[in-house]
Amino acid sequence: MPTHLTKHSRRLLRGTVLVCALALGATACGDSDDGGSGQKAVSEADIQAALKEGGTITVWAWEPTLKQVATDFEKEHPGVKVDLVNAGTNKDQYTALQNAISAKKGVPDVAQIEYYAMGQYALTKQLTDLKSFGADKLSAQFSPGPWNGVKAGSDGVYALPMDSGPMALFYNKKVFDKYDIKVPTTWAEYLDAARDLHKADPKAYITADNGDAGFATSMLWQAGSRPYTVDGTKVKIDFSDQGAKTFTGTWQQLIDEKLLASVPAWTDEWYKGLGDGSIATLATGAWMPANLESGAKSASGDWRVAPMPQWKAGDKVSAENGGSALALPELGKNEALAYAFVEYANAGDGVQTRLKNGAFPATTADLQSTRFQDTAFPYFGGQKANKIFAESAADVPDDWSYLPYQVYANSVFNDTVGKAYVSGTTLAEGLESWQEASVKYGEEQGFTVEK
Amino acid sequence: MTSPVATASDRSAPPPSDTSRPAPRLRTPRRRHSADRPRRSVLLTVLTSLVLLYSLVPLVWLAVSATKTQEGLSRSAGLWFDGDFALWDNITETFTYDDGVFTRWLLNTLLYVGLGAGGATFLAVLGGYALAKFDFPGRRSVFAVVIGAVAVPGTALAVPTFLMFSKMGLTNTPWAVIIPSLISPFGLYLMWVFATEAIPTELMEAARIDGAGELRTFFRVALPLLAPGIVTVLLFTMVATWNNYFLPLVMLKDPDWYPLTLGLNSWNQQAATAGGEAVFNLVVTGSLITILPLIAAFLLLQKYWQSGLAAGSVKE
Repeated sequence: MPTHLTKHSRRLLRGTVLVCALALGATACGDSDDGGSGQKAVSEADIQAALKEGGTITVWAWEPTLKQVATDFEKEHPGVKVDLVNAGTNKDQYTALQNAISAKKGVPDVAQIEYYAMGQYALTKQLTDLKSFGADKLSAQFSPGPWNGVKAGSDGVYALPMDSGPMALFYNKKVFDKYDIKVPTTWAEYLDAARDLHKADPKAYITADNGDAGFATSMLWQAGSRPYTVDGTKVKIDFSDQGAKTFTGTWQQLIDEKLLASVPAWTDEWYKGLGDGSIATLATGAWMPANLESGAKSASGDWRVAPMPQWKAGDKVSAENGGSALALPELGKNEALAYAFVEYANAGDGVQTRLKNGAFPATTADLQSTRFQDTAFPYFGGQKANKIFAESAADVPDDWSYLPYQVYANSVFNDTVGKAYVSGTTLAEGLESWQEASVKYGEEQGFTVEK
Repeated sequence: MTSPVATASDRSAPPPSDTSRPAPRLRTPRRRHSADRPRRSVLLTVLTSLVLLYSLVPLVWLAVSATKTQEGLSRSAGLWFDGDFALWDNITETFTYDDGVFTRWLLNTLLYVGLGAGGATFLAVLGGYALAKFDFPGRRSVFAVVIGAVAVPGTALAVPTFLMFSKMGLTNTPWAVIIPSLISPFGLYLMWVFATEAIPTELMEAARIDGAGELRTFFRVALPLLAPGIVTVLLFTMVATWNNYFLPLVMLKDPDWYPLTLGLNSWNQQAATAGGEAVFNLVVTGSLITILPLIAAFLLLQKYWQSGLAAGSVKE
């Protein structure tokens, strides 16, 4: 998920990463001592029996709509207690999870993991392969992007997709109308729109970007770049393909002409900009409406949603940004119950509950349902935005893969690519040094890395 | 025997008077204008006013912002009110949002402060008294250790402490926050210095001759004399525990055990989550509510606290 870490929290992160590093030394992190547990099959009857018997499962998740799901699940199965713990948001939670796994203590039964971080846990066999529960039969229920995400570059199914983030262009119609700017359908038009807008109002910017790994990887994804190839422990990192050039070519111009607001995403300043029209567009995941509604209330009615601008006019290519799944850590207990909950939340009745509370689905049936597509968003002036999101979800190429250590790679994004936003380094050079840093770390971690 | 309380409360009215005098004069005989009618300095007044402004503006901002809605926060200027006055709504919502978890965090903080800061003060008083009034082998090395410990920031110890507590199975329990809070090297040092000055050894001897045991001497004779120092140390440790962020961050995963600092941060982080609700107005209001008890404690305990600081500065 494109979360910007403030300097402060990055420092904290570094501190906690140190905890893990130290803990690693003590307990040998990430060894997969019982790789055999993936083989056993758990039948539907086993799950039903576990539900009847009851028990407590601990779920680490920050997704707000899960709360109601947990309550409903408990109501349906009176013997079961779901202990829903918000152990921190994304990176904080991963650190906590990694620590718990290293210490082999306090590992939750279910953990929320974003697609970009999935590989890190799946490849080191820290997650239960859900094929033994028959999860592979659910593949048809989910849209291709997220399903590819939980497979994490290998055969297993390591989680069930919870939500997804097919990208769309959110834009402030009021601002566009005011300066008579056309909504861009290609990135070339987007660049023009950026120039026109900033010229018309020097305080307004087409978008805010000061270097965000999640955004950059999504943009590369859309532009056709496939920088990461993962085959077991063999990894290839290469930012020199045409797709990457396409992206950096345009984005470099936005940077060079100072057309991007240098406001860190997710800060109150950022929300302020979204509210007052000084940040005019956002190319981001379909989960954004809920954030806009609560964070930029004052702009209600001003914003609209358009399909992602294309690199080639007439194309229909999108990408995913963010989104997460629920996985069962190997060291968690009560597997049958945990799986029952995950299935309920992500493929069963829980999906409707979450949709009702504003989550964005990963299930194709819901994406295609008329009820979902006909939902009018008062925030977007009554626009039926889900239609655009659903279309985008179908247009996501499903051959993208993240690094098995993408969490680390993203954490050094600002030290490498991020320089392009503040100094004379170009984006392309930034990507090169990101590549170097990622290769180096991969080798240190024992991966075979090809450049 | 002169009680430090008496001397201090007499002087507590114009606290800046001490700083207005150049340092060397502390030793020279007092001049007429220095004690009750300090010499006025325009430069100093201006500087103090600037510092005062600097420290008050954030507070004013906080108080003003707590009256705004989420919308109003970004719509209006920082230091003036928005059209909607939403203070009461914000307070109500702060206590009811997320099933009223704020109250839980408040109680947690009170628990940590009560046991942590209270315990730290108690230990500091015992230790300081013992070091000041009893002669035993190794006293010097204890002194060295304490002085050294003052220099080590708690943040630097958080990670090693985490590893230790993790082995003991204490992480993610309130004990993980309370036990490390019990140690306050600075408090111990302060108590030590204070006890040296405030308790005349003759008085202890007199008590012993009258037949009082060591415990009785401590509780009946020493403790009342130490009161201003105790309050000072209590304030120090209270502030430290109340504001503690990094230690609970490392130790706790369960939001049910969060103190206010972590809880408010988790509300703040929420805005940075896909689909998460931005509740900056509640974060601001919650922060205001969080600092009120500290402000109250400072105002109520002010005179003890000041006398505690000045203790030992004048030889009688």
